[in-house]
Amino acid sequence: MNARQKKQNRICLALFVAAMAIPPYLAAQQASMDMDSTPGMSMAPPPNAAHAADHSSSMQPALMQGMDMDDNAAQSMLLVDELEAFHGNNANGQTWQAEGWYGTDSDKLWLRSEGERTRGRLDDADIEALWSRPISAFWDTQLGVRHDFGNGASRDWAAFGIQGLAPYWFELEATVYVGPSGRTAARFRADYELLLTQRWILQPELELNAYGKADPSRRIDSGVSDAQFGLRLRYEFTRQFAPYLGVNWSRRFGDGYGEPRFDRQLVAGVRFWF
Amino acid sequence: MKPRYPASATDLSRRRFVQGLAYGGAVAGLGLLRPSPAWGSNPALPAASQSHDVALQIGESPVNYTGLPRIATTVNGGVPGPVLRWKQGDTVTVRVSNRQRTPSSIHWHGILLPANMDGVPGLSYDGIAPGETFVYRFQLRQSGTYWYHSHSRFQEQTGLYGALVIEPAEAERHPSERDYVVLLSDWTDEDPEHIYAHLKKRSDYYNFAQPTAADFLRDARGQGIAEALAMRRMWNRMRMDPTDLADVSGHTYTYLMNGVTPAGNWRGAFRPGEKIRLRFINGSSSTIFDVRIPGLKMRVIAADGQDVEPVSVDEFRISAAETYDVLVEPTDERAYTVFAQSIDRSGYARGTLSPRPGLQAEVPALDPRPWLSMRDMPMQDGMGAMDMGGGHAAAHGTEHAAMPDMPGMDMGSMSGMAMPAVHHASSERGPGVDMRVDTPRTNLDDPGIGLRDNGRRVLSYADLHTLGGALDAREPGREIELHLTGNMRRFMWSFDGVKFSDAKPLRFNTGERLRIVLVNDTMMNHPIHLHGMWSELENPQGQFQARKHTINVQPAQRISYAVTADAPGRWAYHCHLLYHMEAGMFREVVVA
Repeated sequence: MNARQKKQNRICLALFVAAMAIPPYLAAQQASMDMDSTPGMSMAPPPNAAHAADHSSSMQPALMQGMDMDDNAAQSMLLVDELEAFHGNNANGQTWQAEGWYGTDSDKLWLRSEGERTRGRLDDADIEALWSRPISAFWDTQLGVRHDFGNGASRDWAAFGIQGLAPYWFELEATVYVGPSGRTAARFRADYELLLTQRWILQPELELNAYGKADPSRRIDSGVSDAQFGLRLRYEFTRQFAPYLGVNWSRRFGDGYGEPRFDRQLVAGVRFWF
Repeated sequence: MKPRYPASATDLSRRRFVQGLAYGGAVAGLGLLRPSPAWGSNPALPAASQSHDVALQIGESPVNYTGLPRIATTVNGGVPGPVLRWKQGDTVTVRVSNRQRTPSSIHWHGILLPANMDGVPGLSYDGIAPGETFVYRFQLRQSGTYWYHSHSRFQEQTGLYGALVIEPAEAERHPSERDYVVLLSDWTDEDPEHIYAHLKKRSDYYNFAQPTAADFLRDARGQGIAEALAMRRMWNRMRMDPTDLADVSGHTYTYLMNGVTPAGNWRGAFRPGEKIRLRFINGSSSTIFDVRIPGLKMRVIAADGQDVEPVSVDEFRISAAETYDVLVEPTDERAYTVFAQSIDRSGYARGTLSPRPGLQAEVPALDPRPWLSMRDMPMQDGMGAMDMGGGHAAAHGTEHAAMPDMPGMDMGSMSGMAMPAVHHASSERGPGVDMRVDTPRTNLDDPGIGLRDNGRRVLSYADLHTLGGALDAREPGREIELHLTGNMRRFMWSFDGVKFSDAKPLRFNTGERLRIVLVNDTMMNHPIHLHGMWSELENPQGQFQARKHTINVQPAQRISYAVTADAPGRWAYHCHLLYHMEAGMFREVVVA
């Protein structure tokens, strides 16, 4: 690795760390706003007794049968955000990116998976299982595990992350991973939905991955290992089904173990959920 | 702002869907029902029942409103169920049999009665099990226009509702030659359980009028890029959608008038010169309607069943579960369209008053769909103090840009009254609450989003003055302040950030007169309904305004009303938008 490359890697890493810090920063900012007394209220008297109380005079709920309110019922969702074929300069193949959840407003089991197939072989894939809890109006914390499979040795990680909606409607996700024998990793994802019309939607998406240690068997170098930026234009025939076309730029950093550093791919796929 | 009609209205199948089938409705019930002359010419309407001893059967019946056969929850085979016409002072017996496979219930909306007759499963009783009959018996202490509906799950959405008309014991204050119930509702071919699940997964599922890049380019061309950016900055920073007027829209709803689709065109007959009383009832699950009859002034004579000082208007907004009685006096030998557009302008219910069968009047175009203005969201704290300066400038930009026809209206002009202190409960600072309003508006004279300065005389709560004043002259002995809260994106709804399943009952002391203060910390309207007791709406100065059973609280509005806790027992207290209620905007009130 020459000096120029090293410098480049350091810059990449700094940018990556900055990106990773955004979701926790925004979440913390919102949490502190929630806690602070509101600006316009500093002159107001303390909350009156009537409202400080819950007006219940120590009453307890005592329901009869049949009150089937739905405010604590579990729901479930499976979103296949990307299921696509890609055609790149270096390779052709298929990728997927999906997530699903099951649970209530306060506790959800959250599953995520993404992966890539080239030349008929599973190349690189992972699946995560996380316990997701809301911490504020727009942010959730996630705690769980990740399993990497596909080409090379499989790896397991403990995962901790934050995901949510930033101001201006950016969906952000930052997760750090800790594995056995001192392995660490981190992932940052951001996406946005630009409504061209009510049904034509352009979705830019950025994903960055970084690793604390090189992992030659999975052809991963230490530092920022890869960056992907995709631009997908979908048409929502229904809210739940939309085919799309797009372009994906992918950049691998470090030695790359002989793989090309840059690829531009045309992608075509479907997005659906239920 | 330019009109935003669904562009697909030109598509034939879509039109049939929006307009419905001309002869849609409860097809199975037709054979059973006698057409009643009081209902005009349409045979699909159920006969009125005037008996003091009524048998009602809840069942599942096939219906077809859009070309797709569906199963509705019906009363005596009809959607809506039969009109029950009773007399004040009488004691009625209603035997309700549940002939469907799931538990059911009927709640008498707005009727003062013993708590065990109120029909709310879990509070009044256990509900009516399949195959069982429950006998309701209660004395009618009031008169006016009311309605009944299921309080079980989503059965109200699938058709279980009907009108209830109680004649006064003494002579009618406003005699009329004709008397029609106009029951508005929203029908969907979808399973409401799916609608609820869709909203939980993607709360903008039914909103097909969201801000787009195309809108931005149009605004930028028309008003300049700076203005176009300004009117979006605040919303985008807050992660709020200015087009969020209704959770469920004409994308899935077909709006009905007396159970008849717009294409079916419900008809009320009249002879020129006659005085016609129209009893409007909003029996919708999730729709707020704006009602007008082009060419006719409407004299509003009652609200929520209670007579008010007559006031002539061109248009009124009727929130879910409200009722308004109006008088119209057409003098010409022509037809008039009764037009009820949904608040989000995604569709309408429609009928015709006409002197001859087959005569129709023009159906007006839907009004432009407005964006929420800063009046619907003033100075909320979710943005932090630092953002306030820039945000406020943007606020005015938004107001002017979105509502060019109402310059100069801002919060400073609120009739110079002192701003009441607002207290957010600590429970409001959690994941279930996405905004809080620190400086709510208290005026009642705002007809609401989409009706401001539209060139028509539109009813507002400030126009309502119930005859005879408050029923209880005592000054309220204490005040309960509750905030209407929610998280649109998570589709969580609550009072004070605490949803029903996490909340303890509210305690009212038997016999006390108390004041309820509601502050709407959301961007949506919430029709709040207290069972068993009247809600006596007050003006901003705390004086009696109108007696109602359902009070619509506008976005960022603070409203107060007095209640006399004279009905011991356990009562429901909730938002009457069904999906908000199911998501947690519900409390039990115990009077003890």
